[in-house]
Amino acid sequence: MIRAPLVKALGALGSPTHQIASRAVRTSAVVAQTPAKAPEKIEVFVDDIPVKVLPGTTVLQAAAEIGVEIPRFCYHERLAVAGNCRMCLVEVEKSPKPVAACAMPVMKGWRIKTNSDLTRKAREGVMEFLLMNHPLDCPICDQGGECDLQDQAMAFGSDRSRFTDINYTGKRAVEDKDIGPLVKTVMTRCIHCTRCVRFASEIAGVDDLGTTGRGNDMQIGTYVEKLFLTELSGNVIDLCPVGALTNKPYSFVARPWEIRKVSSIDVLDAVGSNIVVSTRTNEVLRILPRENEDVNEEWLADKSRFACDGLKRQRLIAPMVRMPNGELQSVEWEGALIAVAKAVRNANGQVAGVAGQLADVEAMVALKDLVNRLGGENLVTEQDFIKGSGIDVRSSYLLNSTIAGLETADAVLLVGTNPRYEAPLINTRLRKAYVHNELQIASIGPNIDLSYQHENLGADASLIKDVCSGSHAFSKVLEGAKKPAIIIGADLLARPDGAAIHATISEYCQKLKKPDWNAFNVLHNSASQVGAFDVGYQPGLQRALQGQPKVLFLLNADSGKLTRDQLPKDCFVVYIGSHGDNGASIADAVLPGAAYTEKQAIYVNTEGRAQQTLPGVSPPGMAREDWKILRALSEIVGKPLAYDTLDELRSRLDDIAPHLTRLGELVPASNSDASAQTTPNKSISGGAIDVKLKELRDYFMTDAISRASPTMAKCISAVNKQQRQNEEAKQSAAI
Amino acid sequence: MAALVRFNLIARPQFVAALQPSVQIRLQSTQAPPPGTPPPQLKTKFGPLSDEDRIFTNLYGRHDWRLRGAQKRGDWYKTKEIVLKGPDWIINEIKTSGLRGRGGAGFPSGMKWSFMNKPGDGRPKYLVVNADEGEPGTCKDREIMRHDPHKLVEGCLIAGRAMGAQAAYIYIRGEFYNEASNMQLAIAEAYQAGLIGKDACGTGYDFDVFMHRGAGAYICGEETALIESLEGKQGKPRLKPPFPADVGLFGCPTTVTNVETVAVAPTICRRGGNWFASFGRTRNSGTKLFNISGHVNTPCTVEEEMSIPLKELIERHCGGVIGGWDNLLGVIPGGSSTPIIPKKVCDDVIMDFDGLIAAQTSLGTAAIIVMDKSTDVIKAIARLISFYKHESCGQCTPCREGIGWMNKIMTRFVQGDAQPAEIDMLWEISKQIEGHTICALGDGAAWPVQGLIRHFRPEIEKRMQQHALHTKRASN
Repeated sequence: MIRAPLVKALGALGSPTHQIASRAVRTSAVVAQTPAKAPEKIEVFVDDIPVKVLPGTTVLQAAAEIGVEIPRFCYHERLAVAGNCRMCLVEVEKSPKPVAACAMPVMKGWRIKTNSDLTRKAREGVMEFLLMNHPLDCPICDQGGECDLQDQAMAFGSDRSRFTDINYTGKRAVEDKDIGPLVKTVMTRCIHCTRCVRFASEIAGVDDLGTTGRGNDMQIGTYVEKLFLTELSGNVIDLCPVGALTNKPYSFVARPWEIRKVSSIDVLDAVGSNIVVSTRTNEVLRILPRENEDVNEEWLADKSRFACDGLKRQRLIAPMVRMPNGELQSVEWEGALIAVAKAVRNANGQVAGVAGQLADVEAMVALKDLVNRLGGENLVTEQDFIKGSGIDVRSSYLLNSTIAGLETADAVLLVGTNPRYEAPLINTRLRKAYVHNELQIASIGPNIDLSYQHENLGADASLIKDVCSGSHAFSKVLEGAKKPAIIIGADLLARPDGAAIHATISEYCQKLKKPDWNAFNVLHNSASQVGAFDVGYQPGLQRALQGQPKVLFLLNADSGKLTRDQLPKDCFVVYIGSHGDNGASIADAVLPGAAYTEKQAIYVNTEGRAQQTLPGVSPPGMAREDWKILRALSEIVGKPLAYDTLDELRSRLDDIAPHLTRLGELVPASNSDASAQTTPNKSISGGAIDVKLKELRDYFMTDAISRASPTMAKCISAVNKQQRQNEEAKQSAAI
Repeated sequence: MAALVRFNLIARPQFVAALQPSVQIRLQSTQAPPPGTPPPQLKTKFGPLSDEDRIFTNLYGRHDWRLRGAQKRGDWYKTKEIVLKGPDWIINEIKTSGLRGRGGAGFPSGMKWSFMNKPGDGRPKYLVVNADEGEPGTCKDREIMRHDPHKLVEGCLIAGRAMGAQAAYIYIRGEFYNEASNMQLAIAEAYQAGLIGKDACGTGYDFDVFMHRGAGAYICGEETALIESLEGKQGKPRLKPPFPADVGLFGCPTTVTNVETVAVAPTICRRGGNWFASFGRTRNSGTKLFNISGHVNTPCTVEEEMSIPLKELIERHCGGVIGGWDNLLGVIPGGSSTPIIPKKVCDDVIMDFDGLIAAQTSLGTAAIIVMDKSTDVIKAIARLISFYKHESCGQCTPCREGIGWMNKIMTRFVQGDAQPAEIDMLWEISKQIEGHTICALGDGAAWPVQGLIRHFRPEIEKRMQQHALHTKRASN
């Protein structure tokens, strides 16, 4: 479906949007590229307004430059041009036919008329054809109210129908397809714009969707009956200009005009995708992506989009204290706080804190301040990282090349990470660079499907040494690259020889360093991690356990790594968090916190960008924002924290690390002093490198919220079902 | 489908045709014509073509079609010398001959081939021969391929040399099994005789010819859909620009030409462009294969001079219309996608590009479908629309939705089960399709309807009245 060579040729003319996603063309594209020597701008006239554009700019883009929007269905900035809806036809003076604005590059002196009679007539004609077979079921369509077809029919369509055949043969009807638990299909509504097909093959790298049949019988589908299983499937819902692909869990839930929208941040991975939380009557209904070129472009991974129903399940709605009989019993806030305070006072400073995956910066600072005041020093993150002084320098734990920067990389080595499932939207950047930028990718670790071709160097850890000593073949590629990058999985650094791996790679990256480019990257998988290191937490539970704490605070620490057996018998465990998950089950006191849609809180993503969530709904029941719980506790313990409001807490953050309050900005970590690290005497011990998330089924449940989500559970069973069917088919084929 | 190539490019010759003849003569007399200009036509009567001027001398398969037989008829004669004369000479001869593409659009071939001779950028160039002859009524290319395949193979070499192509791909319609067999044998013979392949004809020029069988989709006759299909994808037309001459097969410069255009090139080069230009009116020169089918006494494919009057063509070669000329209802002059013309237009229409455009139709592939008065013309056109509906690729909206709608309306028109106002609506729908699609299939589907409404509107209205009367009676 993608017209690769054709579109690439347009790209060679200089247009930024004309790009393609086919491997076959990558080679020919090299040949096709003409050396661009600062092309001179040409002047065209859009509705008699002169505009200067680069050669190769399309009519649609030229019009957009002066703010004239040309209607379109199939055209999308981030996808290859299909030119098949014909909605964007405009008149060009001296051209006998109207031209498709989305695909036609402008020529010098063209006079484009976006509102002439011919243009309007062409649009009206196309609109009539589109509506001819489109069911007028807007009242029962979930897209109603946010439907491109509806809007454009109002703006550009005729005011009446002359489809007389409605009384004879009627409209086309197409059977719906089951493509999974996330995307609902009503194929009769499809207008065949092929945006979903192009998204799947270009961005997601899954050639599952396509068109079958010809003419009026053409259908969008999966060729054979199967599920459209990818970690990015939800984006086709946003892309679909009509109600053919809609959000299955959200179906028939709400109308767009009933909901309240809050701009927020996703915390289910370390990317920090920008989202819009749609709420109604204190309930999160759905989550949509919000455009941010530097982070998630306009995509959103499925877990971030669909796990929001986990916010309504397994919630802690009242404080609980473990009774002598071992049962957790709901109590009032007062009783719970007093019980915790009693334990704290008895601890004599033997207090420690563990921050989990979803902990926000404010709560972590409040916990740190509280523990420090109580005389405790051990504040750790649940996620392990390298031991030693590795995290003193900020650049040693960040994705220094930046998410958007990876798009420009030309050689990438992935070490012990599967970005496809650890950070799907970073993987799309890598895929984009692979498709458009001739990016060469290699990986050390298990051989996994990354949705693009890459060279698997092997799984043995000693390969890291080979590459970093320059003796491996891929070292030549990295050293010859203009923008090389090495991405290390956070889990890999938790190994006993993690520090050695870290030091070896970081030393090698000093060699690969270019002006304004740091090749060293750590890909985190929990949203809290960078923020925790920024405010001075240490990695690894071991450190907290070594201090034999009498009181242990678990701040959203739900990974299940910590068990009661590892703790001293008399240790009093306080859990602060939103979900009744692993953390709460081992706690002596449970203090219900707020989830990310219920609080204003800062998270720092893996590249070091501080962003804040905003409350869309209020915390359920008696749950409160996490930092307020700690503030209240400090009062009862008798060591009150020095801030009463969020603003005061934010200024405390500002004192600790000023970049934390520069929301949305990326403060680059200076990497000049990173070389000062001493190489540890330990060496890389070898042995196979593994990653946790290997397959799609591993992706869906990685934290307390997604574990509580019924939709995510459905996804896993759908993946399992599909695999079972594939195996059965394979077996029957063998017979 | 071959008729559906780039109709928008006809505009230029039309514009020249609109000039006063005196102006044209003045233009010619004041300045020396540049090389490649066809000589002025002095004849006023065109046709019949004499036997010694026929290019396709084995059109009816009466002789040996293999290499030896072909060589006896003059094929592969002095091919080496022609190839050695180089691209400029060949293109100049083709330009002088005034040859226009025989696939339907009638774009000047010399100019089209010269587009390929831009400074190269290292990419190989390809010649693609469009042998996906699917236009209903058309059966000229298959005659060439099964009875004179060496004309095509030799033509590939010469046309390929003219555009500096390194290989020719013949995309042959899947249904043409025997034609493909003969073609393949001819290619093998040519390879074995050293006529093509490495050092073709001993010229030092390497040239390969490949044949690819299609799977029977009409749309694959559209040049960019053909390229897509050849690349192994769904046969769906590409957006233009870029044109295939910039980005074509496998992303390389490509020219797609019709079988007949390529097959006449060797003879033009041997006998000279001026000889070819001496047939037919200016800008419509040459000889042409006409396929006459339908209600004539002896349907046939015949090579004739361009600009021959339609009536003479039918009466001389086909034994006239069944029941005599007065029994004629109408003619579709250029394959199914061209608008029908009624008898009164047929009386004196001239069979060439400009002559038929003046009659609001088109030469297309010169596949003449004759209908006598026993024909239900509405049903005939409805059948064509149902064909186009079936063959629409479904990619772009006006064609996918519009032709389906036209088909629905036309089906009812056959019964008369419609309101007279719907005739205007159908006209408007056809206008909404025409010129709004990615390729010319939409145009090709709109024109038959437009031709029908233009010339046979009373017929449609009469049927509606009858139907209304009938249902009224039935309900009473």
